[in-house]
Amino acid sequence: MAKRIEVSGLNVYYGDFKAVEDVSMTIEPRSVTAFIGPSGCGKSTYLRTLNRMHEVLPGARVEGKVLLDQQDLYASGVDPVAVRRVVGMVFQRPNPFPTMTIFDNVASGLKLNGVKDRKKLTEVVEKSLVGANLWNEVKDRLDKPGASLSGGQQQRLCIARAIAVEPEVILMDEPCSALDPISTLAIEDLIEKLKDRFTVVIVTHNMQQAARVSDQTGFFNLAATGKPGRLIEMGATKQIFSNPTEKATEDYITGRFG
Amino acid sequence: MTTIAANRPAMDGKALDLTGKSGSRAFKNTLATVLIGLCFLLALIPLLWILWTVISKGYSLLFDAAWWSESQRGITVRREGGGAYHAIMGTLIMALITAVIAVPIAILGAIYLVEYGKGTKLARAVSFMIDILTGVPSIVAALFIYAVWITILGFNRVGFAVSLALVLLMLPVVLRSTEEMLKLVPDELREASYALGVPKWKTILKVVIPTAFGGIVTGVMLGLARVMGETAPLLILVGYSKNINLNPFDGFQGALPTMINQDRTELSLQPAADRVWAAALTLILLVLLLNLLARLVARFSTIKSK
Repeated sequence: MAKRIEVSGLNVYYGDFKAVEDVSMTIEPRSVTAFIGPSGCGKSTYLRTLNRMHEVLPGARVEGKVLLDQQDLYASGVDPVAVRRVVGMVFQRPNPFPTMTIFDNVASGLKLNGVKDRKKLTEVVEKSLVGANLWNEVKDRLDKPGASLSGGQQQRLCIARAIAVEPEVILMDEPCSALDPISTLAIEDLIEKLKDRFTVVIVTHNMQQAARVSDQTGFFNLAATGKPGRLIEMGATKQIFSNPTEKATEDYITGRFG
Repeated sequence: MTTIAANRPAMDGKALDLTGKSGSRAFKNTLATVLIGLCFLLALIPLLWILWTVISKGYSLLFDAAWWSESQRGITVRREGGGAYHAIMGTLIMALITAVIAVPIAILGAIYLVEYGKGTKLARAVSFMIDILTGVPSIVAALFIYAVWITILGFNRVGFAVSLALVLLMLPVVLRSTEEMLKLVPDELREASYALGVPKWKTILKVVIPTAFGGIVTGVMLGLARVMGETAPLLILVGYSKNINLNPFDGFQGALPTMINQDRTELSLQPAADRVWAAALTLILLVLLLNLLARLVARFSTIKSK
């Protein structure tokens, strides 16, 4: 479980527009890596290249290499569907499947990939919900719709759904931006727990959150609107927040930005 | 912050006035509310009128068991008796065949337009053609099928030919409504499914379609309701028969619209007039029944919320 990601010289394009330029980094296994930066700096776009999710948009393409334990995700012959089975994702807004029960939502990854064994599904659902700190709240109503939960619970349901397929890496795209502070705290506690088993990469607008949950932090910025986003600086979270090397990073984290 | 304060009218120490609408705005509000209410009532009048006329003039025959079990065989316009069984079955059989052909094409077409073709030349061409097809009058669709089925292929006038013409009318209705329903499914759900390593086709089948299912069923029902009342294809493509004929590939076949049309020619005769209204009411009831059935199907296919 949990793998190292090495990215080198990554450029991301939407059609002719270069959205992200020349990103290289190493993401350590069993750690939490946070990306911070202003809106539109390409951090979400970059995150989505780590499981080839950006390809959902027409015209999106990538140059460079993303190695997951030495295997290039962009080598020819690599199936994006297979990549996403290994690199899961949690989105900005909670998006449980509205037609499914809580149980089926968590089991959906396995069910849709052909697992029918009820006993195994039950086991995985319980384990995943426990893993997502949601089991105690929903164990008596697994047959209710996923959409009947509160926003924070829905997001933890989505995390349970993501970990149910046992990925190596979990990407989180601003997972708390639609949640209240208490739900946010619950998710942050959960992230802390998840890193025992998974490599976690999280994009956040909330710098306190990055400081609280992450081991490594990367700061993205763009020179001007319409220019591609770049990775300005990356390092141990402590160092980035107390003693950044770059002036732009310091300006951003101290709020003197723009 | 400072600019906002500067743009606000000066207060001069007066208390903030939040008492609400000024006189003219309150007047406009009332006027608009009344106008909208009147328009609603105006739109309701013809609907209620039709329903009242059809029900009051047509209900009596519907309580007759023969209406639901016998045909008009041997019954002339001057005579009472007989039933609408031949016409009900004819309408249902033709509608069923139409739906069996049109619904899969429409749904697959809509899936192509929304999920695969987005922005491609083919999709734009298909979309344009569907728009044209939506505007084709039923008699033109009927004449087209007449030309293909009878003139070119040399077949006879049968119920199946009617179904083919009705397909042309039902297809654009169902395709457009399905397309709108699929568009309403948020992309976040598709992405959530992709992120679990589920292939695109399975995402569409197991996530997108179930989410849009209720709306798709409604669209199919709207399409069915439209084609069940069509008369022109019946007049052109199959002769009206007073006998029971359950074979859409052989011989003339009765249907409710043509039954209405048949007896309509002798409206001054009471038995014929009664049958016209009763057949009209039966058609309305059939559509209503199918609608209820579809709602039930849609209801039971989704999970209970509480």
